[in-house]
Amino acid sequence: MTMLGDRQQLAYIAAQAADARVNVELETEGMTLNIGPQHPATHGTLRIIARLDGEQVVWAEPSAGYMHRGYEKLTEVRTFPQVTALVNRIDWLGSFANEVPFILAAEKLMGVEAPSRAQHIRTILFELSRIANVSLFLGDLGVQLGAITPVFFAFRDREYVLNLIEAATGGRFHPNFDRIGGLKDDLPAGFVEETRVVMKKLRTFCDQIEDLLFGNEIFQSRTRGIGVIPKDVALQYGLSGANLRASGVDWDLRRDQDIPMAWNKTEFKVITHPDGDSFARCWVRLQEVRESTKIVDQLLDTIPAGPVMAKVPKIIKVPEGEAWVSTENPLGEMGYYVVSQGDQGPFRVKIRSASFNNISIVPWLLKGVYVPDIITILASLYFILGDIDR
Amino acid sequence: MFPLSSTTDTPTEAPRDTVREAELARVLEALGANVVDSLLKPNDDMWIRVTAETWRATAETLKSLGYTYFGFLSAIDWLPSPFGKSEDDASGPSEDRDSTIKQGYTGGDTRFQVFARLVQPFTTIGINIKVDVDDAVMAVDSWSSVFAGANWHEREAHEMFGIGFNGHPDLRNMYLPTDFEGHPMRKDFPLLARIVKPWPGIVDVEPLPGDDEEEGEAS
Repeated sequence: MTMLGDRQQLAYIAAQAADARVNVELETEGMTLNIGPQHPATHGTLRIIARLDGEQVVWAEPSAGYMHRGYEKLTEVRTFPQVTALVNRIDWLGSFANEVPFILAAEKLMGVEAPSRAQHIRTILFELSRIANVSLFLGDLGVQLGAITPVFFAFRDREYVLNLIEAATGGRFHPNFDRIGGLKDDLPAGFVEETRVVMKKLRTFCDQIEDLLFGNEIFQSRTRGIGVIPKDVALQYGLSGANLRASGVDWDLRRDQDIPMAWNKTEFKVITHPDGDSFARCWVRLQEVRESTKIVDQLLDTIPAGPVMAKVPKIIKVPEGEAWVSTENPLGEMGYYVVSQGDQGPFRVKIRSASFNNISIVPWLLKGVYVPDIITILASLYFILGDIDR
Repeated sequence: MFPLSSTTDTPTEAPRDTVREAELARVLEALGANVVDSLLKPNDDMWIRVTAETWRATAETLKSLGYTYFGFLSAIDWLPSPFGKSEDDASGPSEDRDSTIKQGYTGGDTRFQVFARLVQPFTTIGINIKVDVDDAVMAVDSWSSVFAGANWHEREAHEMFGIGFNGHPDLRNMYLPTDFEGHPMRKDFPLLARIVKPWPGIVDVEPLPGDDEEEGEAS
């Protein structure tokens, strides 16, 4: 028996040595792989430079800036009401949500609060933009992994939501509907009934995506355990939104922050996942769309009567001061640090967009992953180029 | 420079914010003499300004106090734009324009300030930290060794304002070409699009619903 054991051990050592010889023969020089800027997995024009050792990434660096539009500079030469037209284009899939924190910051400086009806409708439109934004993510996720069907479902069902936003605001992608002190207009007739129908459709869409994608074996094996972000790293990098909650952090600004919006009048679950991998990030987003449809349903039941616009002067001058307001946007925490010196326009606006922080973790996260996983990790982090570059 | 904090309007009944008051007291005690000025707006936010030498130590101290979430880091140029608000003066900076530098909350002595925001996770308690950037040095210490997320924010501030960050691993440009001259977010950097063609929207004042008769002040 001992002989056999020894022989087995010797065979094992011989096999190891043979492997090592092969490895030495196959040893490759490091290779630099360029992904983008025009790569379908980059949602725009993000370029990733990765240095590879065989199939593994040893160093990766995203190179942003192909879409920098200089909004921070432009805000300094616009008046406060004009800024919303700019910030609309930061995260272009959830435009309305970008306007809200800026308007709230301006209102905070002016000491104005929107009437409760306006706050309510703002929250509804905010959640509708989230649904439109994240449902497209869910479809797009399939494309990144080679599944074509979900994206058709996503584009079909997102259209219903965009129609609602268009009915209320006149713009499908760039509503520019939020005003200091309230909203441009009231909701159109029939909006409430129509929204209820659409929310039901969106819940069906979530079920379909869950069946098609999340239960799929290939999807699971390509996302589970891939791209794990521990909680403390996520906090250090300032990750936010679903990326943070997928690392087990139970933190949602909609629930935890006291701002003049209607979220605190609704009951909703904050979805978290303990794993922190690509699967968790996607799963959290899917569940959040479901929760959002429930938030909208609750808000539709309780829209208060009254005006949608507070009394504000025709020419808006914002008093001196500094204010920071951030909200839980579809991509994560989006905030504006607004400095006013008593003029019609802001003196300085610092736009803290979610994707900038979310993507700054990429050099850390891609270290040691395999090349095909780059795509799934980037897809699961979910960024919008306009939101990185501003 | 007279800090704005002492000139802000005082409400008739001063609202109390015991949570933030206690929090600010805790921060001030831990930071000691590093803090030059501080400001608390009840139910809103906290601001502190620290000395440039202790900029990194402040981050470390605040991190140990529970401010482990990195919000953002950026800079601000307090010089009033020499081109004016509308940037419509094609002839260049006007001679008689008021160029008095007027710093915001917690004051300041220099034209440039770096400011950052840290948050206590799972709460809404955040703190805005400012630091003066000496015009002769034009650099402060980097936070990237304390908060990994500060890396990119400092790169952005570096190229947009020309402020150096000592100890930063890699201050390459993020957006601009490597040979780009100037720092676009500085107030004396002209917005060329505006100089070539004046902005037509500057006269555009949109009428608001229900407010068509008088130009009333907000009550």
